[in-house]
Amino acid sequence: MKNGFYVFLAAFVALGGSWLGFVYGPVHQLGGAGETAVLNSADTYPLQRPGDATLGLQVYRANGCAACHTEQVRQTGTACNVVLMDGGKNPVAVTNLISSLILTNLTKEDADKVSDKITAAGGKSETHIIATGPDITRGWGMRQGVAEDYLYDQPVQLGGLRAGPDLSNIGVRDPDANWQLTHLYAPSVVVKGSTMPPFRYLFELRQTGPAPSPDALQFPKEFTLPAGYEVVPTPEARQLAAYLLSLRANAPLYSAPISP
Amino acid sequence: MTVNEKTDNNFGGASVPASRLVSSLAPPIDASLCVPLLALFGGAALWLVAGSVLALIAAIKFHAPGFLADCPVLTYGRVQPAADDALLYGFCIPAGLGVVLWLFVRLGQLPLRGAMVPVVAANLWHFGVFIGLAAILAGDSTGHAWLEFPRAGSVVMFFAYLLLALWATMNFAGRRERALYPSHWFLVAALFWFPWIYSTANLFLVAWPVRGVVQAIIGWWFANNLVFIWLALVGIGTAFYFLPKYAGRPLQSYYLALYAFWMLILFGTWCGIPQGSPVPAWLPTLSAFAAVMVLVPVLAIAVVMWQTVRGGEKCAGLGGPYCFIRFGLVAFLLSSLMLIAMACPKISLITQFTWFGPAQIQLQLYGFFAMTMFGAIYHLLPGVVGFAWPFPKLARLQFWLSMIGIVLFVVPLAIGGVVQGMKLHDGMVFLGANQAALLWFRISTTGLLLVVLGNLLFALNIFALTAVWKLALAKNIIACVKPALETIPAPASLRGEEEVKA
Repeated sequence: MKNGFYVFLAAFVALGGSWLGFVYGPVHQLGGAGETAVLNSADTYPLQRPGDATLGLQVYRANGCAACHTEQVRQTGTACNVVLMDGGKNPVAVTNLISSLILTNLTKEDADKVSDKITAAGGKSETHIIATGPDITRGWGMRQGVAEDYLYDQPVQLGGLRAGPDLSNIGVRDPDANWQLTHLYAPSVVVKGSTMPPFRYLFELRQTGPAPSPDALQFPKEFTLPAGYEVVPTPEARQLAAYLLSLRANAPLYSAPISP
Repeated sequence: MTVNEKTDNNFGGASVPASRLVSSLAPPIDASLCVPLLALFGGAALWLVAGSVLALIAAIKFHAPGFLADCPVLTYGRVQPAADDALLYGFCIPAGLGVVLWLFVRLGQLPLRGAMVPVVAANLWHFGVFIGLAAILAGDSTGHAWLEFPRAGSVVMFFAYLLLALWATMNFAGRRERALYPSHWFLVAALFWFPWIYSTANLFLVAWPVRGVVQAIIGWWFANNLVFIWLALVGIGTAFYFLPKYAGRPLQSYYLALYAFWMLILFGTWCGIPQGSPVPAWLPTLSAFAAVMVLVPVLAIAVVMWQTVRGGEKCAGLGGPYCFIRFGLVAFLLSSLMLIAMACPKISLITQFTWFGPAQIQLQLYGFFAMTMFGAIYHLLPGVVGFAWPFPKLARLQFWLSMIGIVLFVVPLAIGGVVQGMKLHDGMVFLGANQAALLWFRISTTGLLLVVLGNLLFALNIFALTAVWKLALAKNIIACVKPALETIPAPASLRGEEEVKA
């Protein structure tokens, strides 16, 4: 290339191509996305997070929680479980039949064969789809994270490093607000060996008044505060906990089918 | 008339542009760059040190989670992005722009005109970085990786970049030596690249945010085009100038370099969407395909480098600029191979979300780009300023500190990432896998310590050189002003008597 203009043109074509693909394309495909239907249900997903939780996302952003925590579950495959719904007219025969069969972690073909056998014996069965993968086994979620999970978040906090566990479903795993707050205040007390830094600046350590505050944290027995003191969460801490409890990416969807 | 001829006569006192005063020692073309480059590199050196100190604070928090934990400004989630951004926006981009200016001026044989504008732009840029970093530490980050600076900082930086790029482009357009050198392709493309990706990312993510996961997609596109492509374009463009110069033989070959350039910008720009992300499947699939295709330009660059260096003159002395640049190129090849590996679905199942990713980023930012820039700056700045480095031995020492430091930083981090990934993939509980990786993480902190020391030496040399230059400038101004003062006729009240006498 002997002319500056051609260099400019080359760069324009190359970058313009990827701009069309990775900026215009996704905006066109997903930019207008709305709520979707939950499988086998009249509900729609996702619901707007409650007000406290929406504010909590800003606390999450401001303190850079996404530097260590992801909000995306990876699924490596699917499997089928066959579940007996009704023994039919001859329950003993059906029970004997299924005790000789493998009913969980089947491929679709095997699951169909098993349910055919149960049907032939007079029973009624259902095939349930489950997601598989290390994240799912660890209990971090029930299915792959999909675009729908982040519809109302601004900013979307996917994260890229798991120096701490994934939080996609932390609201399902630990739905206790007091647990979330004590964990934020003193992570290593609640989780032995945790490397999470304590967020004591989101709390107020103060002398207990005539009546203890109803919001004061309930600590596990092995953790003792100075006598006459209590720890009260600031509004930011409460909002952050509300956000964490609102993280429940487990609805069965068309794009990530699982049986509820 | 060249700048040199003007210096000694025709002075009007202090209104003479500073760059002309000390240029008697520097060649005139280089001397036109003196003040802009000192402004760009001086601020860059400051951010380099600040960034590595922040990174060290962040790393220590993994050894002692309670370290500085009660200060919201220094919580891990703020310090870590601030450290990354200080390295990328504070050091890499202004250092890269300074080297681009020098290469354009040098290759085009045209002195930089209106040097005041790049000086103002450089200071604006560093001011924007200051606003951005302060905002992150104050909790005002935008929350998007590599785009954490809020609007107040990014707008200032964007216009500073436009000014610098405009001045570089004007110098390029008016070049006296019309033939294009391969470095030109890479650098012109890089100048054009940044405004497009930075404005797109800021408009779609910060100003008028798009909905849902599209934010993440545009964020990945931006991060890849900045951290991989922009840095690769500037770093490789720089290396393609210096390698032949030091090896004493021409670039081998022009056409292979052209091929590498085309393939890099055509395919490299599509990388960056991680496998298994919660996005429509065509996006990561396309990205994985592009990443595999990037193998072609990476190998082409390796061949160009090998053919050029092989049989060339031996490296004169260990630790000189040539060593920095060669190390940088090897780091580029390794970090690109890590990037390609991470895009393969099977490997990404292990490496994704582990310390392997940060290891690749650090190898790219520091091992490749910063090292290449160190080499280029050590080579070019004495010629521009007109003074030798005050501490040449410390510059050589910096090579060893930075090289050993970055190897000791990145290799254990990458191994720790793979260990962590394997354990997590086997379904191990999270804390156990984390503990296994922590052992490696601790070794890597030692490397980071060496990197901090190396950066301090670099900053020391830059600031000492600036001080030497300023001292000489002050002396020159005094020397110029004195005779000028003597030629001024005495005030009329005093002169009156003489006239009467005449």
